[in-house]
Amino acid sequence: MIELQNVCRTFIVGDQQVAALRDINLRLDAAEYISIMGPSGSGKSTLLNLIGLLDRPSSGTYLLDEGNVTQLSDEQQANARRDKIGFVFQSFHLVPRLTAAQNVELPMILAGIPPEERKARVQVLMQNYGLSERADHRPDQLSGGQRQRVAIARATVMNPTVLLADEPTGNLDRNTGWEVLKLLEGLMDKGITLVVVTHDAEIGARARRQIHMLDGRILSDEQTN
Amino acid sequence: MIFRDFLTLTSSSFLAARMRSFLTGLGIAIGIAAVILLTSIGDGLHQFVLAEFSEFGTNIVTVQPGKTQTKGSNIGVIGSVRPLSLDDAEALRHLPYVENVNPGLMGNADLRANGKTRRSTVFGEGRNFSEAFTMKVQSGTFWNDADDEQARALAVLGTKVKQELFGAQNPLGQYLRIGGQRYRVIGVMESKGQILGMDMDDAVFIPAARAMELFNRPGLMEINVSYRPSADVNTVTRLITERLKEMHGREDFTTISQEEALEVLGSVLSVLTFAVGALGGISLLVGAVGILTIMTMAVTERTAEIGLLRALGAQEKQVLMLFLGEAIMLSALGGVFGLLIGIGIAQGLHLLVPALPVHTPWLFAVLAELTAVSIGLAAGVAPAMRAARLDPVEALHAE
Repeated sequence: MIELQNVCRTFIVGDQQVAALRDINLRLDAAEYISIMGPSGSGKSTLLNLIGLLDRPSSGTYLLDEGNVTQLSDEQQANARRDKIGFVFQSFHLVPRLTAAQNVELPMILAGIPPEERKARVQVLMQNYGLSERADHRPDQLSGGQRQRVAIARATVMNPTVLLADEPTGNLDRNTGWEVLKLLEGLMDKGITLVVVTHDAEIGARARRQIHMLDGRILSDEQTN
Repeated sequence: MIFRDFLTLTSSSFLAARMRSFLTGLGIAIGIAAVILLTSIGDGLHQFVLAEFSEFGTNIVTVQPGKTQTKGSNIGVIGSVRPLSLDDAEALRHLPYVENVNPGLMGNADLRANGKTRRSTVFGEGRNFSEAFTMKVQSGTFWNDADDEQARALAVLGTKVKQELFGAQNPLGQYLRIGGQRYRVIGVMESKGQILGMDMDDAVFIPAARAMELFNRPGLMEINVSYRPSADVNTVTRLITERLKEMHGREDFTTISQEEALEVLGSVLSVLTFAVGALGGISLLVGAVGILTIMTMAVTERTAEIGLLRALGAQEKQVLMLFLGEAIMLSALGGVFGLLIGIGIAQGLHLLVPALPVHTPWLFAVLAELTAVSIGLAAGVAPAMRAARLDPVEALHAE
């Protein structure tokens, strides 16, 4: 489903070239559960942004659903991001002036989906995630767990191929964090590939496939049962 | 993106900062209000004067004695001016295109009748006065002596003079004394009201020859020539000038067409309009700077949100449109607000001072609103482009 071939990403800081990713080869299949771990600066966030089409590789090839997405125009890249990729962030990233339901609606608004269909899809998701009663609340009226659930609803409303979660439990207490993780893990039943970036070994250990990174390279890629 | 969603999204962002948006829009509103208010008054004046002018009828060329020189000064009486005579007026009658010629002069005199005395304006006019100036006779007739020189002592009264001197009586056939001389009343004019500050009802009309005698004047104050509407005013003016030069030997008179008079008025008003435009322009410029500032701030404040939108699949174009839309909506609403204030104050002034004519041309209102929108567009472009070009990854991590 997702395939990276010899992908490098270098940044220019001042007059120095810094390699954030060095020669990454990676294949992620549908409904896989992958955790990416490593110390800060190891390149895990850069890898996530690359997979999420927010960034482009300096060299190498990226295939998403068998299509080469390495050299897409901004518009094509944005559309691919909208239709195939869901993001969940540590700091939730909800739009403060929109209600929970409107936040979930946002990707569908950008896609130009008609209001009736949007309403129906939002309603189903809100119900599934136990947010029906909070639909008209603004983010500052929601608890951390509720906010992240709204964010997950927003990330999945377009039925993406892959869901990228960057420290999804970083701002939550332990119990709420587990609940959110369970919610995310449940998405694999729908065939969504789940990538969780974390430096929490305990969370990373829940994934069947664990990738460790260091200095822009994949140190280990282990499959557990 | 569906247009309605676009509107909802853009309006949600400036509704979130109501006070700030209001103040920013106010900058534009004040500029638009100033322009609308002043143009309303200017246009009202223009229409008022235009209406006053056309009260006398259109297609009129006026000839006055004395040549107006634009350069040089008059040293004593070197160039003596020959007065305009009834002969001159008679000569102009035979020119092509000319419909009516009316010799005219005016002054004040005591009127006496029925033992009452009144001081009123006395107009010395020609026999075609009523046709030349679209002034109708209400009862009786105007004199129609073929020879203006030998005009009999006949008078036509304005309604006010008739009312004051004769009351409810029928004045026709009765006599009144004008400056001591005896005149027979043969008609009463229709009420005309005030024209350019002159009460046409508090007046008496007598033959021009009689008036010259009465006021002891050697000539006429003016000759009004009305011409066929189909004729070209320049041709008519040229014919009049040639004929009078022939009679006087030189050009010691001035012709003024109504169009010229209106042009002078128009140029005065256009200077006024320009000044108003410049003033309004300055306030609009200040308003534009306000929008630029607020939008630049908004982009900075909402950097993380821009990153999020990009992560959710917003194209650069969509981000650009959202911020541009916000700037335009701000200035457009400011513009509408300004229109309401401007028209409101103009109408309020009109209620307070009914004599002040006020008129807001629709075209101006539309142009003002379009100006507001283009200001929003111009001021919003730079911040919106900056928003669109933000690197999504960096934007997402901005706090």
